[in-house]
Amino acid sequence: MTALLEVEDLRVAYGKIEAVKGISFTVDAGEVVTLIGTNGAGKTTTLRTLSGLLKPVGGQIRFRGKSLKKTPAHQIVSLGLAHSPEGRHIFPRMTIEDNLRLGAFLRSDRPGIEKDIQRAYDLFPILGERRKQAAGTLSGGEQQMLAMGRALMSQPKLLMLDEPSMGLSPIMMQKIMATIAELKSQGTTILLVEQNAQAALSLADQGHVMETGNIVLSGSGQTLLHDESVRKAYLGED
Amino acid sequence: MTTQTTAPDNTGAPAADDTSGLIGIPPRVGRALATGGGVLTVVSTFLAWTWTAEFPGDLTVYGYPGGLQVLVLVAGALTALFGLASYDVKGLRWLVPAGADAALRVAALAAFATAWYTVVAISAQLGGVVNLEPGGYVAAAATLIALLGSLALPVQRPEPDPFDPDDTGWEQFKHTSSHNWQVVKAAFASGTPRPLRALPSYAEILVIVAVLAVGLFVFTYGIGTEYDELFVGFLITAGLGFAALNKSGLIAQVSEITARHQNITVCGAFVAAACFPFTQSDDQYATIGVYILIFATVALGLNIVVGLAGLLDLGYVAFLGVGAYAASMVSGSPSSPFDLHLPFWGAVLVGAAASLIFGVLIGAPTLRLRGDYLAIVTLGFGEIFRITANNLDGTSGPDVTNGSNGISSIPDLSILGFDMGLPHDIGGFTIGRFANYFFLMLVITAVVVLVFRRSGDSRIGRAWVAIREDETAALAMGINGFRVKLIAFAVGASLAGLAGTVQAHVTYTVTPEQYLFAGTTPPNSAFLLAAVVLGGMGTIAGPLIGASLLFLIPNKLQFLDDYQLFAFGLALVLLMRFRPEGLIANRRRKLEFHEEAEAPTTLSKTGA
Ligand SMILES: Nc1ncnc2c1ncn2[C@@H]1O[C@H](COP(=O)(O)OP(=O)(O)OP(=O)(O)O)[C@@H](O)[C@H]1O
Ligand SMILES: [Mg+2]
Repeated sequence: MTALLEVEDLRVAYGKIEAVKGISFTVDAGEVVTLIGTNGAGKTTTLRTLSGLLKPVGGQIRFRGKSLKKTPAHQIVSLGLAHSPEGRHIFPRMTIEDNLRLGAFLRSDRPGIEKDIQRAYDLFPILGERRKQAAGTLSGGEQQMLAMGRALMSQPKLLMLDEPSMGLSPIMMQKIMATIAELKSQGTTILLVEQNAQAALSLADQGHVMETGNIVLSGSGQTLLHDESVRKAYLGED
Repeated sequence: MTTQTTAPDNTGAPAADDTSGLIGIPPRVGRALATGGGVLTVVSTFLAWTWTAEFPGDLTVYGYPGGLQVLVLVAGALTALFGLASYDVKGLRWLVPAGADAALRVAALAAFATAWYTVVAISAQLGGVVNLEPGGYVAAAATLIALLGSLALPVQRPEPDPFDPDDTGWEQFKHTSSHNWQVVKAAFASGTPRPLRALPSYAEILVIVAVLAVGLFVFTYGIGTEYDELFVGFLITAGLGFAALNKSGLIAQVSEITARHQNITVCGAFVAAACFPFTQSDDQYATIGVYILIFATVALGLNIVVGLAGLLDLGYVAFLGVGAYAASMVSGSPSSPFDLHLPFWGAVLVGAAASLIFGVLIGAPTLRLRGDYLAIVTLGFGEIFRITANNLDGTSGPDVTNGSNGISSIPDLSILGFDMGLPHDIGGFTIGRFANYFFLMLVITAVVVLVFRRSGDSRIGRAWVAIREDETAALAMGINGFRVKLIAFAVGASLAGLAGTVQAHVTYTVTPEQYLFAGTTPPNSAFLLAAVVLGGMGTIAGPLIGASLLFLIPNKLQFLDDYQLFAFGLALVLLMRFRPEGLIANRRRKLEFHEEAEAPTTLSKTGA
């Protein structure tokens, strides 16, 4: 069986500065894979490249067997790869419902869209209660929920979440993690970038640790969680 | 002690429920004065204000008002009505769903400003106040009394911030003046209107009809004003009168009703506009009407590009020019290089298609870029178009456009045997040449309105908003940013080309100098953009109203002459300071400008 996503020796640069220096990993269907690492390690850069917002300088990206290197961003979405970017990026002056509808921009099956909007409201009841309000009036954590719900609206084969717990209270954080676990149990494949290594690794089937543009350690979530160096560097233990 | 200030009401304990008026008359007396002043103002307009008919409008007659007096009468009546309504008189409560006091203040201000403007204009023009008859004094006094009375009405004062004793004198001065400004703002702020009582549909439709009729009347009156003074008075009365109605909450209720019956309102507005030529006895004002309509239609087309898609196009008038040139060259003009005379629909297609092609040619390379390149490129395109049209004259280049003489003697249109160049009699009314074109232009306007509404509400409209709000996120949603922007740009261009085809026939001649970036006669690119921004980005009514004002003001106020652009700039600055969302606010735009924390200005986001 080939993996859903294969990344091979991926290199990305901003001008002369190489931010991702040749990383390789795979994501199998139904898995949760997490990328953890220090600030500036290149995690966001990796996700942005996968979704076509940045162009790689070298390496290969294959999604469902098809190379993505030359595919523009809007077509990547239609292939089934959704990206919930770092820092939420919701549309603040549109209503919550319009935000969700935009997530389904490439779909035309009206009944299906309505059903998925309802599903997002079931997942995050607060969104349903405030569906007609401008999204900018939501709290940070609620905006994060909206960003996740919106990414799900494109019925992705692979959902990429960039720091979904950024700036959230522990309760909200738990809620987001629970949602990810629920999505996983429904069979959604997820590529998760997180600062909260503990939470991310406990959920993940596979984990990769990034440092200054390289993957320095890979393994199953549980292995990494108990790895000495990971515990030291990311879980604040000595 | 340094805590002592010039404004006595700023010291002492915070006066949370201080509701005293702005001036020290007891509120009850003030209310009586305001109402009585309003009534007296109405009466005064039936008296003579001056002794000689030399002041235009003949204000020498006892018994009925004339000229500027009519405007004062309207403002005075409004004051009196709001005054009575503030007493909670039965049968007048519907007038003030958001409370009467703020509306009363603005109405009194309207009457005061118009009356005093008239009185001062009479004195200045005829050489001194001796030229005033008693009526003029009565009007001046009555409006002043009403204004003072209205200012004595109670105001919910904002709480003053306590002083910092270490403040320097200048800081204290700033502090005091900012507080005073807050008080004045509070005095003119109105509450939220009470919810509208549910009316039966037919009544709501009657309301819409009545509002449209009033709108048509006001517009016709404005166009028909025959001398500078009357037009200035009209602007004062109409502007402040509208503000008063807005404060009273009536405007909000009417917009609620029109929002419920959008299709009826839009159709009704077109019917009202189509009535305009029938209100005119000759073609003189129909000329203005058709020019306004051309300007307004092009502005509305630009609003798709700027207001909906958020692309800053600084050379939009060139697309009007391309359409006009293309259409004129295939319409049988003797100075056209082609010996072609297509029927109207053919010329329309050629004009719109030519603009579309240019739109795509200009848009395709630039819309891929982020940043403000589009603004620069369109600005350049506008100028290059004009200069090229000037040079393709057979001497500096191939003979295509006939240089600065332009394509002239464009024959009048004939549609289905109907010669647009000749006057026709319809039901006892004579419909002249310009009125014919007015009707034709109205059809074009309808097309643009239709395109605007359909695209604004559709998937592509949502994509435009998304791109405007957050391009990264929009891309992540699978929106092909380049394509939706190019569509907006191309649609905008071809709509301008459509209007250009009619414009070419109306003006007989198409010359390069009609398509400037900035000039004193609209349409030009700067005025088009201003019409959109002043009127309200993303709305239909906004650019139409903005264009009407921008056309009428320079056209009517001949005395502005050299100061016209200066006055225009000043007005633009003031409006952007105090009402950045434009005269007519789009709901989403309003959010954009009045979100305190993170309100990016739209123009810095456009062109991206
Ligand atoms: N637009 C840009 N231009 C230049 N350099 C950039 C740009 N964006 C990111 N970088 C650099 O690339 C490197 C990787 O950044 P990236 O955002 O991918 O890190 P990250 O792993 O997501 O970090 P964090 O956990 O803080 O979000 C950093 O050194 C960063 O400064
Ligand atoms: Mg990051």
